[in-house]
Amino acid sequence: MSDALAQEQAKARAVDVARNAYGRLLALLVSRTRDVAAAEDALSEALTRALTTWPTQGVPNNPEAWIFTVAKNRLFDDARRAKRWGASPLTELEEMTAPTPETNVPDRRLRLMFVCAHPAIDESVRTPLMLQVILGLDADTVGRAFLVPPRAMAQRLVRAKRKIKAAGIKMRDPDPEELPARMGAVLEAIYGAFATEEDDGLRSEAEFLARMVVALAPGDPEALGLLARILYAKARVVPAAVFVPLSERDPETWNRDEIAEADALLAKARRARQLGRFQLEAAIESVHCARIHTGVTDWTALVFLYEGLMHLAPTIGAAVARAAAVGEARGAEAGLRALSLIDESALETFQPAWATRAHLLARAGDPVAARAAFARAIELTERESVRAYLSQQRARLDR
Amino acid sequence: MRYTLFLHSDESQAANFSEADWAEIKTAYGEYIGMLREAGVFLDTDWLQPSNTATTITLKDGARRIQDGPFASSKEQMGGYFVIEVDDLDTALAWAEKCPAAHTGVIEVRASAM
Repeated sequence: MSDALAQEQAKARAVDVARNAYGRLLALLVSRTRDVAAAEDALSEALTRALTTWPTQGVPNNPEAWIFTVAKNRLFDDARRAKRWGASPLTELEEMTAPTPETNVPDRRLRLMFVCAHPAIDESVRTPLMLQVILGLDADTVGRAFLVPPRAMAQRLVRAKRKIKAAGIKMRDPDPEELPARMGAVLEAIYGAFATEEDDGLRSEAEFLARMVVALAPGDPEALGLLARILYAKARVVPAAVFVPLSERDPETWNRDEIAEADALLAKARRARQLGRFQLEAAIESVHCARIHTGVTDWTALVFLYEGLMHLAPTIGAAVARAAAVGEARGAEAGLRALSLIDESALETFQPAWATRAHLLARAGDPVAARAAFARAIELTERESVRAYLSQQRARLDR
Repeated sequence: MRYTLFLHSDESQAANFSEADWAEIKTAYGEYIGMLREAGVFLDTDWLQPSNTATTITLKDGARRIQDGPFASSKEQMGGYFVIEVDDLDTALAWAEKCPAAHTGVIEVRASAM
């Protein structure tokens, strides 16, 4: 193997550990120090050092433990210098063992999430804070997702971390009576991780965290709904170089076990008779997945479910998805009418609105307007495969 | 960690208290202090004279200035405090919740910075 290749591989390995172990390692470090910002700094320094030393000295046998130990030592040195945290947490920190496949260190991520969801933390920052500390997303990405300017978001996040440290909010499993008040923000963050981007790492992280929440609160219908929602989507993931819209995907390629598990979770959630946003989201996915049994998509049911979603959790995405479903259930004209009822200014830069409008116009027999809508949709699309698909659809208008 | 619980309440209510009310209040606080001591978390407490008896002093403008009255006049005033030694905010909040003052006013919980 050439040196250059070995260096590339070492670098890739460091990035890989950063991606897969970030939240787990950070939660472990914070569990002793309560200082989220200091733990973040130490962890990021350890990851940087891995990026520079692994390519020349080789990847250690246990990369995760290596990074953890470097971060821990850095925290320990800092604390000793500043005489922070008093004697006992310092000793605990020193005695902490690095996570190795053999030691089976308990996963502290959920505890850290419940710290972020503490009622003493400003409500608007709870979910963003979780996305940052558990998933390592930067303030820019989190800010974009919450439509807050990056600098304002960064300030809120810094303030929240300072509060956790100064007020002495400790990591521990929440009492059962504390769960309901904190559950909402925790589920939001997991869903955010799942939906932020088409990122496999974040998606499997979201599934893992959702399973942990369900294990902690097996009767919570929204937690069940969220896990079902994630599994339905995962069941349909087929690696493909080209983009295929959901309605054209072949159900034979879907994962029946995952769909069955999601069905069971959703059925269990329904028995609580407490409808919520994530159960509706899951129900929508279940209608799509039902095609594996029935061969058809029940668009009328989807219209109904999207209307429920717009009522419980009104978003521009739900309104546009409803219009698309109306277009399938009652014809393209009806779909366009539904789309025209949505606030125009909100749709201007919303890619799904333009893609939906283009398809509906094409089906309604207005190729000129459809072409313009496709052009706008393509302009707003970031993913190359989706752009290619939309261009193909536009080209069909000319035939 | 050391936490101070600041007890804020509407002082005007106290004017309507009867002899029996005061006796009841004293018993309730006595029991609360007993619980804190028994748990080994009690450090200090005080019950203050009404805020209209307060005097402020400052040297910040270069001259010594003494004034009658509280620093900030608002309906809710700090009437007393507890200092406790507990492990974390949740434990401090749990103790604040048990304080009789929680039923009649608002308790502000702050950790020591020392």
